[in-house]
Amino acid sequence: MSQHPPTTPDTWQCLSQFTAARIALGRAGISLPTRACLDFQLAHALARDAVNLPLDFDQLAHSLSVQGIASLCLHSQAANQQIYLQRPDLGRLLSPASQRSLQKLKPSAADAVVIISDGLSSTAITHHAEAFLSILLPSLQAQQYRMPPVCLVKHGRVAIGDAIADHFAARLCIVLIGERPGLSSPDSMGIYFTYQARSGFSTDADRNCISNIHSNGLSYAQALHKLLFLIAGAEQLKLSGVALKDQSTEADLALPQANFLLDF
Amino acid sequence: MYTTHIAQQTYNFVSLRNLLAKASPARSGDYLAGVAASSHLERVAAQWVLADVPLKQFLTEAVVPYETDEVTRLIMDGHDPAAFAAISHLTIGDFRDWLLSEQATTETLTAIAAGLTPEMVAAVCKIMRIQDLILVAKKCRVITRFRGTIGLENRLSTRLQPNHPTDHPAGVAASILDGLLYGCGDAVIGINPASDNLEATARLLYMLNDVIERYQIPTQACVLAHVTTTLQAMAQGVPVDLVFQSIAGTEKANDSFGINLALLQEAHQAALSLQRGSQFADGIGNNCMYFETGQGSALSANAHQGMDQQTCEARAYAVARQFKPLLVNTVVGFIGPEYLYDGKQIIRAGLEDHFCGKLLGLPMGCDICYTNHAEADQDDMDMLLTQFAVAGGTFIMGVPGADDVMLNYQSTSFHDALYIRQVLGLRPAPEFEAWLQNNQIFNHHNQLSRPELPALFRSALASQG
Repeated sequence: MSQHPPTTPDTWQCLSQFTAARIALGRAGISLPTRACLDFQLAHALARDAVNLPLDFDQLAHSLSVQGIASLCLHSQAANQQIYLQRPDLGRLLSPASQRSLQKLKPSAADAVVIISDGLSSTAITHHAEAFLSILLPSLQAQQYRMPPVCLVKHGRVAIGDAIADHFAARLCIVLIGERPGLSSPDSMGIYFTYQARSGFSTDADRNCISNIHSNGLSYAQALHKLLFLIAGAEQLKLSGVALKDQSTEADLALPQANFLLDF
Repeated sequence: MYTTHIAQQTYNFVSLRNLLAKASPARSGDYLAGVAASSHLERVAAQWVLADVPLKQFLTEAVVPYETDEVTRLIMDGHDPAAFAAISHLTIGDFRDWLLSEQATTETLTAIAAGLTPEMVAAVCKIMRIQDLILVAKKCRVITRFRGTIGLENRLSTRLQPNHPTDHPAGVAASILDGLLYGCGDAVIGINPASDNLEATARLLYMLNDVIERYQIPTQACVLAHVTTTLQAMAQGVPVDLVFQSIAGTEKANDSFGINLALLQEAHQAALSLQRGSQFADGIGNNCMYFETGQGSALSANAHQGMDQQTCEARAYAVARQFKPLLVNTVVGFIGPEYLYDGKQIIRAGLEDHFCGKLLGLPMGCDICYTNHAEADQDDMDMLLTQFAVAGGTFIMGVPGADDVMLNYQSTSFHDALYIRQVLGLRPAPEFEAWLQNNQIFNHHNQLSRPELPALFRSALASQG
C-alpha cells in the first residue's frame, strides 16, 4: 500500500473499549477499508467452516475411549448436511440403523444420558465437548447416577435426546450441541437439559438451556455449576423448562451505569 | 376444486389455500411444511390456474376459517368495497397486468389499498418476477411520521441498531454515536434488549430518551421488548416513543407470540395518548407502532394452518395496517435456512414482502440479513440492498460493521447505507438530514464532512481521553 492510504480513520476508536461491535472502522470513500472488509470475511469464513466442516466422530470416540469414556455413535434421519439444515424435523429423529444399535445394547436402567451432537457448529464440539465431559461425568458419577455410554449423534437437533432418554428410560437428558455460530463466536457450545424427556411429548418449553460456552463466553466450570444447579432443582420439582428458573447467578454484577454520551 | 390440464397432465388443487401454496416460488420453508409444489410443472400449473382466479373469489373463500381466526375476520370485515370497485372485475392475471400498466399510478394504488386483501396481494406476487415486484412497489408511496417524516420520494431511512450482549449502557452508546456520525438513525434508534424485563427495558428507554433530548435528534426511540413489557413501562411513566411487537398472519401464531388484536389495540391507544411525536404544520406525528415480521415465523410456531409462508406473511400486514405503524420491518434472513435456504430465496422473499406491504399501504423496511448457517454472504446482501432501494424501500438497518454482536447474525451496516444513498442519490428523512447538516456530520451535499469530530459530540468524547 502507498505511504498515505486514501482512507479516513475514525477519531473515536477509544469507544471500542465498551463494545465488541465493529465500530470506528474508518472508511475508504464511504466504504469499508480493505482491512475491515477482510476482517469480516475472515470471521465469516470461520463461522461457515464451523457449520459445514464435518465433525470427526471417530476421532472424538477414540479420544474419549483413551480417557476411559465409553461412547456410541448414532445418526439422525438427516442423511447429509444440506438436508440437516433444511429439515429440522429429521434432525430430531434417530435413523433406523441407530435405533437398531440402541436396541442391541444390553438393557440396563439409567438415571442420566449424555448426548453430544455436532448441531450447527462442529468446531464447538471439537473445541469444548471432551474437556467439558471430563468435568461433567465425574460430577454425575459422584451423585451415583447410572449412565449408558455417551451418545454421539451426527446431524442431531436438540430434541433427538428425547428418543435416547426414552430408550434408556432415563430421568435426566443432557445434550451438548454446537450452537448457531456468530461472527465473534464460531465455536459456541450449548447444553440443553430436559427432565423426563419423552420423544414426541417434550417441547422447548420443557428444556433449560445453558448457552454461549466458549473461550470468550461461559467457562466450563460456570456451565457445570449452572447445570448441576438445574439438575438439583429438577430432581426436587420433578420438572424442567420454563417453570425451573436458573437462580444460580443471583449475584450477577450490577450493570455499570456510566454512559459517556450523557455523563460528562 | 381448481383444475387444469397442462403438458399432458391434469392438476387438481383442492382449495385456494392449496393453490396459493403450490403456486409459490420454491423455498425451503414450504417444503418443510409439506405444502410446496412437488415439481416445476406443478408449480407453473398452479400459477396458470391462479392467474384465472377472479379477485372476487378471495372475498368468499377464506384461506383460514373466519370462525376460528381473528386475522381472517379482520381481513374480511375490514375490506373496503368502494376502494375495491375499480379492480373488482379483474382476475389475478389481469391484476398483474393492471399493476404494471400506466393505469396504476401512485394515486390509484393508494386509492385501492383498502380494497385489497393480503391474499390477493400474495397471489399476484406469486406470478410476478423480481422486476415486476420492483416496478410496482416503486410506484407506491407510504408516508408516516413521528418526529421525522418517513417514506418521502428519493429518501431512504435507517434504523440505528446499537445492540449489546449485556445491554451495557456505554456499549450501547458507543454504537449509537458510531451510527450517528455515519448519518444513521432517522427511522428509529431501536435496541433489541438482551433481557426482556421491565427494569432493563425502562433503563434503556430512559437512556435513549436522554440522548435524543440532549442532542436534539429528530428521531424516535424504541426498545424491542414484548408489547406487554412496553405497556407496563408506559403505565409507569417511562418515556415510550414507539411500541414494538413481532406479529404474524394467523391468530394461532400471534397467540404463540403472546399477543392478540385486542392487546395491540390497547398498546396502540396507550402510545397515542402520550402524544410524544413532533408537532407538524397539520398535526402531531402519531404513527407510534413498530412491527416486525418475517416469512416462516408462523410455521416455526407450528401455526401456519396449511398456508405457504409468503401468504402467511402477507396476512401479518393486515394486522400491521390496523394500527397505522411508523415502520414495518420484514426481518427476511434471520430465521434460518430451513425457511429461506440461500441468497436467492432471501432476496426474492425480501422483495416480495416489500411489494406486498407497500400495496397494502405499509411503510415497509427490510432487515436485509442472513445467518451463518444459510447459503448466503455479503454479495447476496449487496444484491438485495441494491434491489430493495431501487424498489423504493422505506428503511434498512444500520448495524456497526454489519455484525450484530447480540443477535449473532449479519445485517446491513452504516457503510452500506452510505453506499446505497450515494449510488441512487437517496437522502435521509428531511428533519434528520437538517440535523446532520446543522451539526456538520454531513455537508450540504449529504457527504460525510469529517475527519473533524462534530462540535456536538466533542465534550462527550473528550471525557474518554
